[in-house]
Amino acid sequence: MSSSPISDADLHAFVDGELSEARHAEIAAWLAEHPEDALRVSAYRDQKAGLHRLFDPLLDEPIPDRLRALAVPPAEPQEAPQGGPLGRWSLQRMAASVAIALLGGMAGWLANDHFRPPPVVAHASPLSHQAAIAHVVFSPDVKRPVEITAEHEDQLVTWLSKRLGTTVRPPRLGALGYELIGGRLLPGNSGPVAQFMYHDASGQRLTLYVSTENTSNRDTAFRFAQEGPVNVFYWIDGKFGYALSAGISKDELARIATAVYDQFQN
Amino acid sequence: MDSRAILAELPRLRRYARALVGSREAADDLVQDTLERAWSRVAQWQPGSELRAWLLAIMHNLRIDQMRRPALAVTPLDDEAIELPARATQTDLIELGELETALSCLPEEQRAVLLLVALEDMSYAQVAATLNIPAGTVMSRLARGRERLRAILDARSKPAQLRVVR
Repeated sequence: MSSSPISDADLHAFVDGELSEARHAEIAAWLAEHPEDALRVSAYRDQKAGLHRLFDPLLDEPIPDRLRALAVPPAEPQEAPQGGPLGRWSLQRMAASVAIALLGGMAGWLANDHFRPPPVVAHASPLSHQAAIAHVVFSPDVKRPVEITAEHEDQLVTWLSKRLGTTVRPPRLGALGYELIGGRLLPGNSGPVAQFMYHDASGQRLTLYVSTENTSNRDTAFRFAQEGPVNVFYWIDGKFGYALSAGISKDELARIATAVYDQFQN
Repeated sequence: MDSRAILAELPRLRRYARALVGSREAADDLVQDTLERAWSRVAQWQPGSELRAWLLAIMHNLRIDQMRRPALAVTPLDDEAIELPARATQTDLIELGELETALSCLPEEQRAVLLLVALEDMSYAQVAATLNIPAGTVMSRLARGRERLRAILDARSKPAQLRVVR
């Protein structure tokens, strides 16, 4: 039997044990005389070994509870209640939470955050996306960046609170160098949302997007998103979703986000 | 689907997801989504077929759905600027760090094939079936992925030693 020419595919198949014994031997003989190819084969093997060294330690990690819970079928996820008081975590409760997260269209779910740090969801968030767009649309506006200016802050608060159906106040960021310019009402996913705009002495603008549309009944940690030049910190607290957007560094934005968060906690 | 069988697959699913998407949190989210979708389609499960391949196929389809979405690049937050619960620090050797970085530079379609072959030890035929692509595509993605990885790593590290494998 005459041997066919050695192809690229043969080298890969050689590494991956995809060849017949006879062909395997042919390739081995070929490699003994072709150092360039031997080098490639050796590099591919190193990659393989490296990937195992890199990722095999995960095999020995304990499985997070939220995944372990899904080894059994979720209980009637379609008919799970949307809210209700949260009691002790039971398997059924966990399944219901999963259903709520799904209904909310959210990709992640915070399991049992009493025992572990909340995971950070790496999927796109409608909240951060909408906030970034609103920032990009309104913050460059020189003449009418807001509907009601800070001069009439009382009116602004009354109006936005009425439209959102809950008291919404702009946080004070003067200590961080940012003064309120004013605010406006915007359309959200299913109703009105509020946007407050601030600027610092250099004219750098910052917007805080406040939504009351969160129905997934779960709070989140700070999350960070980036769209082009706009950095966004966002988090969910009860029914409120907050997103802080600006074209400033992540560190500085984080500092301001922390201040905003603290003020809304009080 | 048998719960014990699923539990037994979880470590490998997590490993693959972690290698595919880069971050631990995103990987566990992906595994969770995979299990949820698997249960919602449990009627399509054929007893006797390989559970892991079925779950990986579901995971792959989820990734396709996710990548079709217009996505903001959302990155997990380091605890540099604000207070977050402390996380375990990465103690990988530097060269493994380089490998991980290089891996993340591959297009996901190449990374998926490479990982299924190199990490999951799947045959080319199994990979083709799992990703629902022709065998020729498996080979071309594998070849391109490996060469690209090699090029990135070579560029970063010392000149490779010539050694003949016998």
